[in-house]
Amino acid sequence: MQTLLNFIQANLELLYVVILSVFLGIEVISRVPSVLHTPLMSGANAIHGVIIIGSIIVMGEASADNYPVLALGFIAVIVGTINVVGGFVVTDRMLEMFKTGKDTRSKRIKDN
Amino acid sequence: MQASILAICYLIGSVSFIIGLKMLSHPATARRGNLVSAAGMGIAILGTLFLYRPQGTTFHNFTWIAAAMAIGAVIGAVSARKVKMTAMPEMVSLFNGMGGLCAALISIVELGRIAQDHTDMHVLSILAGMVIGCVSFTGSMIAYGKLRGKIKDHTFRGQHIVNMAVLLLIIAIGVFIIRGSGAVPGYIFYSFLAMSIGYGILFVLPIGGADMPVVISLLNSFTGIATACAGFLYNNQVMLTGGILVGSAGAILTILMCKAMNRSLTNVLIGSFGSAGTGSARIADGEQGTFREISLNDAAMVMGYAHKVMIVPGYGLAVAQAQHACHELGKLLQKNGVEVKYAIHPVAGRMPGHMNVLLAEADVSYDDLLELEQANEEFNSTDVVLILGANDVVNPAARDDPSSPIYGMPVLEVWNAKLVIVNKRSMRPGYAGIENQLFFQSNTSMLFGNAKHVLTQLVTLVKEL
Repeated sequence: MQTLLNFIQANLELLYVVILSVFLGIEVISRVPSVLHTPLMSGANAIHGVIIIGSIIVMGEASADNYPVLALGFIAVIVGTINVVGGFVVTDRMLEMFKTGKDTRSKRIKDN
Repeated sequence: MQASILAICYLIGSVSFIIGLKMLSHPATARRGNLVSAAGMGIAILGTLFLYRPQGTTFHNFTWIAAAMAIGAVIGAVSARKVKMTAMPEMVSLFNGMGGLCAALISIVELGRIAQDHTDMHVLSILAGMVIGCVSFTGSMIAYGKLRGKIKDHTFRGQHIVNMAVLLLIIAIGVFIIRGSGAVPGYIFYSFLAMSIGYGILFVLPIGGADMPVVISLLNSFTGIATACAGFLYNNQVMLTGGILVGSAGAILTILMCKAMNRSLTNVLIGSFGSAGTGSARIADGEQGTFREISLNDAAMVMGYAHKVMIVPGYGLAVAQAQHACHELGKLLQKNGVEVKYAIHPVAGRMPGHMNVLLAEADVSYDDLLELEQANEEFNSTDVVLILGANDVVNPAARDDPSSPIYGMPVLEVWNAKLVIVNKRSMRPGYAGIENQLFFQSNTSMLFGNAKHVLTQLVTLVKEL
Protein backbone atom coordinates (compact mmCIF):
# COMPACT_ATOMS: atom_id res chain seq x y z
CA MET A 1 0.00 0.00 0.00
CA GLN A 2 2.77 2.36 1.02
CA THR A 3 4.71 1.67 -2.20
CA LEU A 4 1.62 2.36 -4.27
CA LEU A 5 1.02 5.67 -2.51
CA ASN A 6 4.66 6.58 -2.95
CA PHE A 7 4.45 5.73 -6.62
CA ILE A 8 1.36 7.88 -7.10
CA GLN A 9 3.03 10.72 -5.23
CA ALA A 10 6.18 10.45 -7.34
CA ASN A 11 4.40 10.17 -10.67
CA LEU A 12 1.47 12.51 -10.23
CA GLU A 13 2.11 14.37 -13.48
CA LEU A 14 2.38 11.13 -15.36
CA LEU A 15 -0.92 9.90 -13.95
CA TYR A 16 -2.60 13.14 -15.03
CA VAL A 17 -1.24 12.72 -18.55
CA VAL A 18 -2.41 9.10 -18.73
CA ILE A 19 -5.91 9.74 -17.42
CA LEU A 20 -6.47 12.84 -19.52
CA SER A 21 -5.20 11.01 -22.63
CA VAL A 22 -7.65 8.19 -22.02
CA PHE A 23 -10.57 10.62 -21.89
CA LEU A 24 -9.23 12.50 -24.88
CA GLY A 25 -9.03 9.32 -26.95
CA ILE A 26 -12.59 8.39 -26.06
CA GLU A 27 -13.89 11.90 -26.70
CA VAL A 28 -12.13 12.30 -30.04
CA ILE A 29 -13.47 9.04 -31.45
CA SER A 30 -16.93 8.72 -30.01
CA ARG A 31 -18.91 10.39 -32.81
CA VAL A 32 -17.24 8.85 -35.85
CA PRO A 33 -19.56 7.66 -38.65
CA SER A 34 -19.32 3.93 -39.40
CA VAL A 35 -18.07 4.69 -42.92
CA LEU A 36 -14.83 5.91 -41.39
CA HIS A 37 -14.25 3.01 -39.00
CA THR A 38 -11.75 1.27 -41.25
CA PRO A 39 -9.64 4.34 -42.16
CA LEU A 40 -9.72 5.48 -38.53
CA MET A 41 -8.52 2.12 -37.28
CA SER A 42 -5.78 2.21 -39.88
CA GLY A 43 -4.80 5.77 -38.92
CA ALA A 44 -4.68 4.90 -35.21
CA ASN A 45 -2.62 1.87 -36.19
CA ALA A 46 -0.07 4.14 -37.83
CA ILE A 47 0.03 6.41 -34.77
CA HIS A 48 1.02 3.64 -32.38
CA GLY A 49 3.97 3.17 -34.72
CA VAL A 50 5.49 5.91 -32.56
CA ILE A 51 6.95 2.88 -30.73
CA ILE A 52 9.74 3.20 -33.30
CA ILE A 53 11.21 5.98 -31.15
CA GLY A 54 11.79 3.39 -28.44
CA SER A 55 13.65 1.14 -30.87
CA ILE A 56 15.78 4.06 -32.07
CA ILE A 57 16.68 4.80 -28.44
CA VAL A 58 17.56 1.12 -27.86
CA MET A 59 19.93 1.13 -30.82
CA GLY A 60 21.34 4.54 -30.05
CA GLU A 61 22.25 3.54 -26.51
CA ALA A 62 23.73 0.15 -27.41
CA SER A 63 27.48 0.05 -27.80
CA ALA A 64 28.72 -0.83 -31.27
CA ASP A 65 29.95 -4.31 -30.31
CA ASN A 66 26.85 -5.47 -28.44
CA TYR A 67 25.64 -7.65 -31.29
CA PRO A 68 22.59 -9.34 -29.71
CA VAL A 69 21.08 -5.99 -28.78
CA LEU A 70 22.06 -4.49 -32.13
CA ALA A 71 20.41 -7.36 -33.99
CA LEU A 72 17.18 -7.13 -32.00
CA GLY A 73 17.22 -3.34 -32.26
CA PHE A 74 17.82 -3.49 -36.00
CA ILE A 75 14.78 -5.72 -36.52
CA ALA A 76 12.76 -3.53 -34.16
CA VAL A 77 13.59 -0.39 -36.16
CA ILE A 78 12.67 -2.14 -39.43
CA VAL A 79 9.30 -3.43 -38.24
CA GLY A 80 8.57 -0.13 -36.46
CA THR A 81 9.20 1.78 -39.66
CA ILE A 82 7.01 -0.64 -41.60
CA ASN A 83 4.25 0.08 -39.10
CA VAL A 84 4.60 3.85 -39.40
CA VAL A 85 5.17 4.23 -43.15
CA GLY A 86 2.86 1.42 -44.23
CA GLY A 87 0.16 2.58 -41.84
CA PHE A 88 0.08 6.17 -43.02
CA VAL A 89 0.35 5.24 -46.72
CA VAL A 90 -2.43 2.69 -46.53
CA THR A 91 -4.69 5.12 -44.67
CA ASP A 92 -3.98 7.79 -47.24
CA ARG A 93 -4.87 5.38 -50.04
CA MET A 94 -8.18 4.54 -48.41
CA LEU A 95 -9.05 8.17 -47.85
CA GLU A 96 -7.92 9.18 -51.31
CA MET A 97 -10.77 7.09 -52.69
CA PHE A 98 -13.30 8.84 -50.54
CA LYS A 99 -12.00 12.08 -51.91
CA THR A 100 -12.29 11.10 -55.59
CA GLY A 101 -15.86 10.03 -54.88
CA LYS A 102 -16.57 13.48 -53.56
CA ASP A 103 -14.72 15.24 -56.36
CA THR A 104 -16.68 13.45 -59.04
CA ARG A 105 -19.85 14.46 -57.26
CA SER A 106 -18.94 18.12 -57.06
CA LYS A 107 -17.81 17.99 -60.68
CA ARG A 108 -21.13 16.51 -61.68
CA ILE A 109 -23.03 19.15 -59.78
CA LYS A 110 -20.99 21.76 -61.61
CA ASP A 111 -21.61 20.07 -64.97
CA ASN A 112 -25.33 20.15 -64.39
CA MET B 1 19.23 23.45 -25.41
CA GLN B 2 19.02 20.27 -27.49
CA ALA B 3 16.91 18.60 -24.85
CA SER B 4 14.36 21.40 -24.79
CA ILE B 5 14.08 21.44 -28.59
CA LEU B 6 13.52 17.69 -28.45
CA ALA B 7 10.83 18.19 -25.82
CA ILE B 8 9.12 20.67 -28.14
CA CYS B 9 9.36 18.16 -31.01
CA TYR B 10 7.61 15.60 -28.82
CA LEU B 11 4.98 18.13 -27.81
CA ILE B 12 4.28 18.90 -31.47
CA GLY B 13 4.09 15.16 -32.12
CA SER B 14 1.57 14.56 -29.33
CA VAL B 15 -0.63 17.48 -30.36
CA SER B 16 -0.58 16.45 -34.01
CA PHE B 17 -1.73 12.93 -33.05
CA ILE B 18 -4.70 14.37 -31.18
CA ILE B 19 -5.62 16.78 -33.96
CA GLY B 20 -5.02 14.10 -36.59
CA LEU B 21 -7.33 11.61 -34.87
CA LYS B 22 -9.98 14.28 -34.44
CA MET B 23 -9.80 15.17 -38.14
CA LEU B 24 -9.82 11.50 -39.11
CA SER B 25 -13.24 11.11 -37.58
CA HIS B 26 -14.90 13.56 -40.01
CA PRO B 27 -15.22 12.61 -43.68
CA ALA B 28 -14.33 16.06 -44.99
CA THR B 29 -11.08 16.43 -43.05
CA ALA B 30 -10.04 12.80 -42.75
CA ARG B 31 -7.30 12.79 -45.36
CA ARG B 32 -5.67 15.94 -44.05
CA GLY B 33 -5.92 14.50 -40.53
CA ASN B 34 -3.87 11.52 -41.59
CA LEU B 35 -1.23 13.83 -43.06
CA VAL B 36 -1.16 15.94 -39.88
CA SER B 37 -0.44 12.85 -37.77
CA ALA B 38 2.18 11.68 -40.27
CA ALA B 39 3.92 15.07 -40.13
CA GLY B 40 3.90 15.00 -36.32
CA MET B 41 5.34 11.51 -36.39
CA GLY B 42 8.07 12.67 -38.77
CA ILE B 43 9.03 15.53 -36.46
CA ALA B 44 9.14 13.25 -33.41
CA ILE B 45 11.29 10.65 -35.21
CA LEU B 46 13.72 13.19 -36.69
CA GLY B 47 13.98 14.87 -33.29
CA THR B 48 14.90 11.57 -31.67
CA LEU B 49 17.48 10.80 -34.35
CA PHE B 50 19.29 14.12 -34.15
CA LEU B 51 18.59 15.51 -30.69
CA TYR B 52 18.30 12.54 -28.32
CA ARG B 53 21.53 12.79 -26.31
CA PRO B 54 20.69 12.21 -22.63
CA GLN B 55 23.26 13.26 -20.02
CA GLY B 56 26.30 13.45 -22.21
CA THR B 57 25.98 9.89 -23.52
CA THR B 58 26.95 9.41 -27.13
CA PHE B 59 24.50 8.22 -29.72
CA HIS B 60 25.76 5.07 -31.42
CA ASN B 61 25.00 3.12 -34.56
CA PHE B 62 23.53 5.99 -36.55
CA THR B 63 24.19 4.28 -39.88
CA TRP B 64 22.57 1.06 -38.74
CA ILE B 65 19.48 2.94 -37.61
CA ALA B 66 19.29 4.84 -40.87
CA ALA B 67 19.71 1.62 -42.84
CA ALA B 68 16.99 -0.16 -40.88
CA MET B 69 14.64 2.80 -41.33
CA ALA B 70 15.31 2.88 -45.07
CA ILE B 71 14.58 -0.86 -45.36
CA GLY B 72 11.43 -0.57 -43.28
CA ALA B 73 10.21 2.50 -45.18
CA VAL B 74 10.64 0.79 -48.54
CA ILE B 75 8.90 -2.41 -47.41
CA GLY B 76 6.08 -0.46 -45.76
CA ALA B 77 5.50 1.97 -48.61
CA VAL B 78 5.69 -0.62 -51.37
CA SER B 79 3.40 -3.12 -49.68
CA ALA B 80 0.93 -0.37 -48.76
CA ARG B 81 0.93 0.93 -52.33
CA LYS B 82 0.59 -2.47 -53.94
CA VAL B 83 -2.08 -4.02 -51.75
CA LYS B 84 -5.45 -4.42 -53.41
CA MET B 85 -8.30 -2.50 -51.83
CA THR B 86 -10.05 -5.78 -51.07
CA ALA B 87 -7.08 -6.95 -49.00
CA MET B 88 -6.97 -3.78 -46.90
CA PRO B 89 -8.11 -5.37 -43.61
CA GLU B 90 -5.31 -7.96 -43.79
CA MET B 91 -2.79 -5.22 -44.44
CA VAL B 92 -3.86 -3.21 -41.40
CA SER B 93 -3.57 -6.36 -39.32
CA LEU B 94 -0.08 -7.02 -40.65
CA PHE B 95 1.11 -3.48 -39.89
CA ASN B 96 -0.39 -3.70 -36.42
CA GLY B 97 1.54 -6.93 -35.87
CA MET B 98 4.75 -5.16 -36.86
CA GLY B 99 4.13 -2.51 -34.20
CA GLY B 100 3.48 -5.23 -31.63
CA LEU B 101 6.69 -7.01 -32.60
CA CYS B 102 8.63 -3.77 -32.25
CA ALA B 103 7.26 -3.25 -28.72
CA ALA B 104 8.06 -6.85 -27.80
CA LEU B 105 11.66 -6.59 -29.08
CA ILE B 106 12.25 -3.39 -27.15
CA SER B 107 11.01 -5.06 -23.96
CA ILE B 108 13.20 -8.13 -24.58
CA VAL B 109 16.28 -5.91 -24.85
CA GLU B 110 15.33 -3.90 -21.79
CA LEU B 111 14.57 -7.01 -19.74
CA GLY B 112 18.04 -8.28 -20.58
CA ARG B 113 19.62 -5.27 -18.94
CA ILE B 114 17.46 -4.74 -15.89
CA ALA B 115 19.66 -2.89 -13.46
CA GLN B 116 19.42 -2.51 -9.71
CA ASP B 117 18.09 0.99 -10.02
CA HIS B 118 15.04 -0.15 -11.95
CA THR B 119 11.95 0.31 -9.86
CA ASP B 120 9.21 -2.30 -9.73
CA MET B 121 7.08 -0.07 -11.91
CA HIS B 122 9.76 -0.06 -14.60
CA VAL B 123 10.03 -3.84 -14.58
CA LEU B 124 6.25 -4.06 -14.67
CA SER B 125 6.06 -1.82 -17.71
CA ILE B 126 8.79 -3.83 -19.46
CA LEU B 127 6.93 -7.07 -18.79
CA ALA B 128 3.57 -5.59 -19.77
CA GLY B 129 5.07 -4.23 -22.98
CA MET B 130 6.51 -7.65 -23.74
CA VAL B 131 3.32 -9.63 -23.10
CA ILE B 132 1.02 -7.16 -24.86
CA GLY B 133 3.46 -6.71 -27.75
CA CYS B 134 3.79 -10.46 -28.27
CA VAL B 135 0.03 -11.04 -28.05
CA SER B 136 -0.55 -8.22 -30.49
CA PHE B 137 2.07 -9.60 -32.87
CA THR B 138 1.03 -13.25 -32.99
CA GLY B 139 -2.67 -12.37 -32.71
CA SER B 140 -2.40 -10.04 -35.69
CA MET B 141 -0.59 -12.68 -37.70
CA ILE B 142 -3.35 -15.22 -36.98
CA ALA B 143 -5.97 -12.59 -37.88
CA TYR B 144 -4.07 -11.95 -41.10
CA GLY B 145 -4.02 -15.67 -41.89
CA LYS B 146 -7.74 -15.95 -41.20
CA LEU B 147 -8.65 -13.03 -43.42
CA ARG B 148 -6.51 -14.53 -46.17
CA GLY B 149 -8.38 -17.78 -45.65
CA LYS B 150 -5.17 -19.65 -44.84
CA ILE B 151 -6.01 -20.35 -41.22
CA LYS B 152 -9.32 -21.94 -40.23
CA ASP B 153 -11.11 -21.50 -36.93
CA HIS B 154 -9.89 -23.96 -34.32
CA THR B 155 -11.77 -24.73 -31.17
CA PHE B 156 -11.40 -27.55 -28.73
CA ARG B 157 -13.22 -28.38 -25.55
CA GLY B 158 -12.13 -26.34 -22.60
CA GLN B 159 -10.18 -23.89 -24.71
CA HIS B 160 -11.28 -20.98 -22.55
CA ILE B 161 -9.95 -22.75 -19.49
CA VAL B 162 -6.60 -23.37 -21.20
CA ASN B 163 -6.46 -19.71 -22.29
CA MET B 164 -7.25 -18.57 -18.77
CA ALA B 165 -4.62 -20.88 -17.32
CA VAL B 166 -1.94 -19.60 -19.69
CA LEU B 167 -2.85 -16.01 -18.84
CA LEU B 168 -2.69 -16.69 -15.10
CA LEU B 169 0.67 -18.41 -15.53
CA ILE B 170 1.99 -15.38 -17.42
CA ILE B 171 0.86 -13.11 -14.60
CA ALA B 172 2.39 -15.43 -11.99
CA ILE B 173 5.77 -15.51 -13.71
CA GLY B 174 5.56 -11.76 -14.17
CA VAL B 175 5.04 -11.26 -10.44
CA PHE B 176 7.94 -13.62 -9.76
CA ILE B 177 10.24 -11.61 -12.02
CA ILE B 178 9.22 -8.33 -10.40
CA ARG B 179 9.69 -9.75 -6.90
CA GLY B 180 13.10 -11.16 -7.75
CA SER B 181 15.97 -8.75 -8.05
CA GLY B 182 18.54 -8.29 -10.77
CA ALA B 183 18.97 -10.52 -13.82
CA VAL B 184 16.21 -12.89 -14.85
CA PRO B 185 17.24 -16.57 -15.24
CA GLY B 186 17.20 -17.71 -18.86
CA TYR B 187 14.65 -20.51 -18.56
CA ILE B 188 12.14 -18.25 -16.83
CA PHE B 189 12.63 -15.57 -19.42
CA TYR B 190 12.15 -17.98 -22.34
CA SER B 191 9.08 -19.65 -20.88
CA PHE B 192 7.59 -16.21 -20.23
CA LEU B 193 8.31 -15.22 -23.82
CA ALA B 194 6.96 -18.48 -25.24
CA MET B 195 3.77 -18.20 -23.25
CA SER B 196 3.21 -14.60 -24.33
CA ILE B 197 3.64 -15.63 -27.96
CA GLY B 198 1.40 -18.66 -27.46
CA TYR B 199 -1.32 -16.66 -25.76
CA GLY B 200 -1.73 -14.42 -28.81
CA ILE B 201 -2.32 -17.50 -30.95
CA LEU B 202 -4.70 -19.14 -28.47
CA PHE B 203 -6.57 -15.87 -28.03
CA VAL B 204 -7.40 -15.30 -31.72
CA LEU B 205 -7.58 -18.87 -33.05
CA PRO B 206 -11.10 -19.72 -31.82
CA ILE B 207 -12.67 -16.42 -32.92
CA GLY B 208 -14.65 -16.65 -36.15
CA GLY B 209 -13.22 -15.11 -39.30
CA ALA B 210 -16.19 -12.74 -39.61
CA ASP B 211 -15.22 -11.13 -36.32
CA MET B 212 -11.64 -10.43 -37.32
CA PRO B 213 -12.21 -6.66 -37.80
CA VAL B 214 -13.24 -6.38 -34.16
CA VAL B 215 -10.22 -8.45 -33.12
CA ILE B 216 -7.86 -6.33 -35.22
CA SER B 217 -9.28 -3.17 -33.67
CA LEU B 218 -8.78 -4.67 -30.21
CA LEU B 219 -5.20 -5.74 -30.97
CA ASN B 220 -4.62 -2.26 -32.36
CA SER B 221 -5.66 -0.91 -28.99
CA PHE B 222 -3.32 -3.43 -27.31
CA THR B 223 -0.34 -2.25 -29.33
CA GLY B 224 -1.21 1.28 -28.24
CA ILE B 225 -0.97 0.19 -24.61
CA ALA B 226 2.34 -1.60 -25.26
CA THR B 227 3.62 1.65 -26.78
CA ALA B 228 2.50 3.57 -23.72
CA CYS B 229 4.39 1.09 -21.51
CA ALA B 230 7.58 1.76 -23.46
CA GLY B 231 6.83 5.48 -23.22
CA PHE B 232 6.66 5.20 -19.44
CA LEU B 233 9.89 3.22 -19.39
CA TYR B 234 11.84 5.81 -21.36
CA ASN B 235 9.91 8.69 -19.79
CA ASN B 236 9.07 9.69 -23.35
CA GLN B 237 5.96 11.88 -23.57
CA VAL B 238 5.15 11.38 -27.25
CA MET B 239 5.21 7.60 -26.96
CA LEU B 240 3.17 7.76 -23.78
CA THR B 241 0.43 10.06 -25.07
CA GLY B 242 0.37 8.51 -28.55
CA GLY B 243 0.12 5.03 -27.07
CA ILE B 244 -2.60 5.87 -24.57
CA LEU B 245 -4.54 7.80 -27.20
CA VAL B 246 -4.54 4.83 -29.58
CA GLY B 247 -5.24 2.49 -26.67
CA SER B 248 -8.38 4.31 -25.58
CA ALA B 249 -9.53 5.33 -29.08
CA GLY B 250 -8.99 1.75 -30.26
CA ALA B 251 -11.02 0.40 -27.36
CA ILE B 252 -13.91 2.75 -28.13
CA LEU B 253 -13.70 1.92 -31.83
CA THR B 254 -13.86 -1.78 -30.97
CA ILE B 255 -17.00 -1.20 -28.94
CA LEU B 256 -18.55 0.92 -31.73
CA MET B 257 -17.87 -1.88 -34.21
CA CYS B 258 -19.51 -4.42 -31.93
CA LYS B 259 -22.49 -2.09 -31.57
CA ALA B 260 -22.84 -1.86 -35.36
CA MET B 261 -23.25 -5.63 -35.31
CA ASN B 262 -25.46 -5.44 -32.23
CA ARG B 263 -23.19 -7.68 -30.21
CA SER B 264 -21.14 -7.34 -27.09
CA LEU B 265 -17.38 -7.57 -26.99
CA THR B 266 -17.50 -10.58 -24.67
CA ASN B 267 -19.78 -12.31 -27.14
CA VAL B 268 -17.22 -11.76 -29.88
CA LEU B 269 -14.26 -12.83 -27.77
CA ILE B 270 -15.85 -15.92 -26.31
CA GLY B 271 -16.77 -16.73 -29.87
CA SER B 272 -20.08 -18.49 -29.39
CA PHE B 273 -20.84 -17.35 -32.91
CA GLY B 274 -18.72 -19.58 -35.09
CA SER B 275 -19.26 -22.73 -33.08
CA ALA B 276 -22.97 -22.33 -32.28
CA GLY B 277 -24.93 -25.14 -33.83
CA THR B 278 -28.16 -24.72 -31.96
CA GLY B 279 -31.31 -22.82 -32.70
CA SER B 280 -33.94 -23.33 -35.32
CA ALA B 281 -32.22 -20.88 -37.63
CA ARG B 282 -29.78 -23.56 -38.55
CA ILE B 283 -31.40 -26.05 -40.85
CA ALA B 284 -29.78 -29.46 -41.07
CA ASP B 285 -28.00 -30.21 -44.33
CA GLY B 286 -30.19 -31.87 -46.89
CA GLU B 287 -33.45 -30.31 -45.78
CA GLN B 288 -32.77 -26.83 -46.99
CA GLY B 289 -36.18 -26.16 -48.50
CA THR B 290 -36.66 -25.19 -52.10
CA PHE B 291 -35.27 -22.20 -53.87
CA ARG B 292 -35.77 -20.83 -57.34
CA GLU B 293 -33.05 -20.03 -59.83
CA ILE B 294 -33.21 -17.25 -62.34
CA SER B 295 -31.35 -17.24 -65.65
CA LEU B 296 -28.98 -14.43 -66.59
CA ASN B 297 -31.30 -13.44 -69.42
CA ASP B 298 -34.29 -13.11 -67.14
CA ALA B 299 -32.28 -11.22 -64.54
CA ALA B 300 -31.08 -8.73 -67.17
CA MET B 301 -34.65 -8.39 -68.42
CA VAL B 302 -36.27 -7.62 -65.06
CA MET B 303 -33.55 -5.15 -64.13
CA GLY B 304 -33.53 -3.46 -67.52
CA TYR B 305 -37.26 -2.78 -67.35
CA ALA B 306 -37.51 -1.99 -63.64
CA HIS B 307 -38.17 1.49 -62.29
CA LYS B 308 -35.91 1.13 -59.35
CA VAL B 309 -33.06 -1.29 -58.66
CA MET B 310 -31.24 -1.53 -55.36
CA ILE B 311 -27.82 -3.17 -55.30
CA VAL B 312 -26.67 -4.75 -52.03
CA PRO B 313 -22.92 -5.43 -52.11
CA GLY B 314 -21.30 -7.92 -49.73
CA TYR B 315 -18.09 -9.81 -49.27
CA GLY B 316 -18.72 -11.82 -52.47
CA LEU B 317 -18.29 -8.60 -54.42
CA ALA B 318 -14.98 -7.92 -52.68
CA VAL B 319 -13.44 -11.36 -53.23
CA ALA B 320 -14.50 -11.35 -56.87
CA GLN B 321 -13.00 -7.84 -57.34
CA ALA B 322 -16.29 -6.98 -58.98
CA GLN B 323 -16.66 -3.37 -57.85
CA HIS B 324 -15.92 -1.93 -61.31
CA ALA B 325 -18.24 -4.38 -63.08
CA CYS B 326 -20.85 -3.49 -60.48
CA HIS B 327 -20.54 0.22 -61.18
CA GLU B 328 -20.68 -0.44 -64.91
CA LEU B 329 -23.98 -2.28 -64.57
CA GLY B 330 -25.28 0.51 -62.34
CA LYS B 331 -24.29 3.20 -64.84
CA LEU B 332 -25.79 1.28 -67.74
CA LEU B 333 -29.09 0.83 -65.95
CA GLN B 334 -29.12 4.51 -65.00
CA LYS B 335 -28.56 5.43 -68.63
CA ASN B 336 -31.58 3.32 -69.51
CA GLY B 337 -33.65 5.37 -67.11
CA VAL B 338 -33.64 2.95 -64.17
CA GLU B 339 -33.17 4.45 -60.73
CA VAL B 340 -30.16 2.65 -59.24
CA LYS B 341 -29.13 2.88 -55.59
CA TYR B 342 -26.63 0.98 -53.48
CA ALA B 343 -27.69 -0.19 -50.03
CA ILE B 344 -24.68 -0.35 -47.74
CA HIS B 345 -24.92 -2.29 -44.52
CA PRO B 346 -22.43 -0.87 -41.98
CA VAL B 347 -20.71 -4.22 -41.48
CA ALA B 348 -21.05 -5.63 -45.00
CA GLY B 349 -17.77 -7.13 -46.17
CA ARG B 350 -15.02 -7.85 -43.72
CA MET B 351 -14.73 -4.47 -42.05
CA PRO B 352 -17.05 -1.61 -41.26
CA GLY B 353 -16.90 0.78 -44.20
CA HIS B 354 -15.30 -1.89 -46.40
CA MET B 355 -18.01 -1.56 -49.06
CA ASN B 356 -17.84 2.23 -49.08
CA VAL B 357 -14.11 2.05 -49.73
CA LEU B 358 -14.56 -0.47 -52.54
CA LEU B 359 -17.38 1.36 -54.30
CA ALA B 360 -15.55 4.66 -53.90
CA GLU B 361 -12.60 3.04 -55.67
CA ALA B 362 -14.92 2.17 -58.57
CA ASP B 363 -16.10 5.82 -58.69
CA VAL B 364 -19.65 5.14 -57.56
CA SER B 365 -21.19 8.48 -56.64
CA TYR B 366 -21.73 9.23 -52.96
CA ASP B 367 -25.32 10.25 -53.67
CA ASP B 368 -26.19 6.73 -54.76
CA LEU B 369 -24.99 5.07 -51.55
CA LEU B 370 -27.74 4.58 -49.02
CA GLU B 371 -27.14 3.80 -45.37
CA LEU B 372 -29.10 1.14 -43.55
CA GLU B 373 -32.06 3.26 -42.39
CA GLN B 374 -32.46 5.12 -45.68
CA ALA B 375 -32.28 1.87 -47.63
CA ASN B 376 -34.86 0.17 -45.43
CA GLU B 377 -37.29 3.02 -46.10
CA GLU B 378 -36.87 2.57 -49.83
CA PHE B 379 -37.14 -1.21 -50.22
CA ASN B 380 -40.95 -0.98 -50.29
CA SER B 381 -40.82 1.04 -53.49
CA THR B 382 -38.04 -1.03 -55.06
CA ASP B 383 -38.72 -3.37 -57.98
CA VAL B 384 -35.55 -5.43 -57.98
CA VAL B 385 -32.92 -5.94 -55.29
CA LEU B 386 -29.67 -7.41 -56.54
CA ILE B 387 -27.65 -8.95 -53.70
CA LEU B 388 -24.00 -9.50 -54.55
CA GLY B 389 -22.42 -11.97 -52.18
CA ALA B 390 -24.03 -10.58 -49.04
CA ASN B 391 -25.69 -13.01 -46.70
CA ASP B 392 -25.85 -12.39 -42.98
CA VAL B 393 -26.65 -8.68 -43.40
CA VAL B 394 -29.86 -9.57 -45.30
CA ASN B 395 -30.95 -12.46 -43.07
CA PRO B 396 -34.56 -12.11 -41.85
CA ALA B 397 -33.70 -14.32 -38.86
CA ALA B 398 -32.07 -11.27 -37.27
CA ARG B 399 -35.57 -9.78 -37.00
CA ASP B 400 -37.86 -12.77 -36.64
CA ASP B 401 -36.03 -15.54 -34.87
CA PRO B 402 -35.01 -14.90 -31.25
CA SER B 403 -33.02 -18.16 -31.18
CA SER B 404 -30.75 -17.06 -34.01
CA PRO B 405 -27.24 -15.99 -33.02
CA ILE B 406 -27.61 -12.82 -35.05
CA TYR B 407 -31.03 -11.97 -33.58
CA GLY B 408 -31.28 -8.23 -33.00
CA MET B 409 -28.61 -7.23 -35.50
CA PRO B 410 -29.99 -4.48 -37.74
CA VAL B 411 -30.33 -5.91 -41.26
CA LEU B 412 -31.31 -4.68 -44.71
CA GLU B 413 -34.97 -5.56 -45.12
CA VAL B 414 -34.62 -6.56 -48.76
CA TRP B 415 -37.61 -8.90 -48.60
CA ASN B 416 -39.92 -5.87 -48.77
CA ALA B 417 -38.96 -5.37 -52.42
CA LYS B 418 -41.00 -6.92 -55.24
CA LEU B 419 -38.21 -9.20 -56.44
CA VAL B 420 -34.94 -10.19 -54.81
CA ILE B 421 -32.14 -11.62 -56.93
CA VAL B 422 -29.36 -13.19 -54.87
CA ASN B 423 -25.99 -13.71 -56.49
CA LYS B 424 -23.89 -16.27 -54.60
CA ARG B 425 -21.39 -18.84 -55.60
CA SER B 426 -23.31 -21.70 -53.99
CA MET B 427 -25.99 -22.38 -51.39
CA ARG B 428 -23.39 -22.54 -48.64
CA PRO B 429 -24.27 -20.43 -45.59
CA GLY B 430 -22.46 -17.15 -44.98
CA TYR B 431 -19.60 -16.41 -42.66
CA ALA B 432 -21.67 -16.65 -39.52
CA GLY B 433 -22.60 -20.19 -40.53
CA ILE B 434 -26.34 -19.59 -40.31
CA GLU B 435 -28.93 -20.62 -42.85
CA ASN B 436 -30.73 -17.74 -44.54
CA GLN B 437 -34.50 -18.07 -44.95
CA LEU B 438 -34.46 -15.24 -47.45
CA PHE B 439 -33.21 -17.60 -50.15
CA PHE B 440 -36.31 -19.76 -49.84
CA GLN B 441 -38.91 -16.99 -49.96
CA SER B 442 -41.29 -16.80 -52.87
CA ASN B 443 -40.04 -13.46 -54.15
CA THR B 444 -36.38 -14.53 -54.08
CA SER B 445 -34.49 -15.98 -57.02
CA MET B 446 -30.96 -17.28 -56.95
CA LEU B 447 -28.35 -16.39 -59.53
CA PHE B 448 -25.32 -18.60 -58.93
CA GLY B 449 -21.82 -17.71 -60.02
CA ASN B 450 -18.81 -15.53 -59.37
CA ALA B 451 -19.98 -11.94 -58.89
CA LYS B 452 -17.65 -10.43 -61.47
CA HIS B 453 -18.56 -13.04 -64.05
CA VAL B 454 -22.26 -12.60 -63.50
CA LEU B 455 -22.07 -8.80 -63.56
CA THR B 456 -20.07 -8.65 -66.80
CA GLN B 457 -22.55 -10.96 -68.46
CA LEU B 458 -25.46 -8.92 -67.12
CA VAL B 459 -23.90 -5.78 -68.59
CA THR B 460 -23.68 -7.40 -72.04
CA LEU B 461 -27.24 -8.69 -71.81
CA VAL B 462 -28.70 -5.38 -70.62
CA LYS B 463 -26.95 -3.64 -73.53
CA GLU B 464 -28.69 -6.03 -75.94
CA LEU B 465 -32.16 -5.36 -74.54
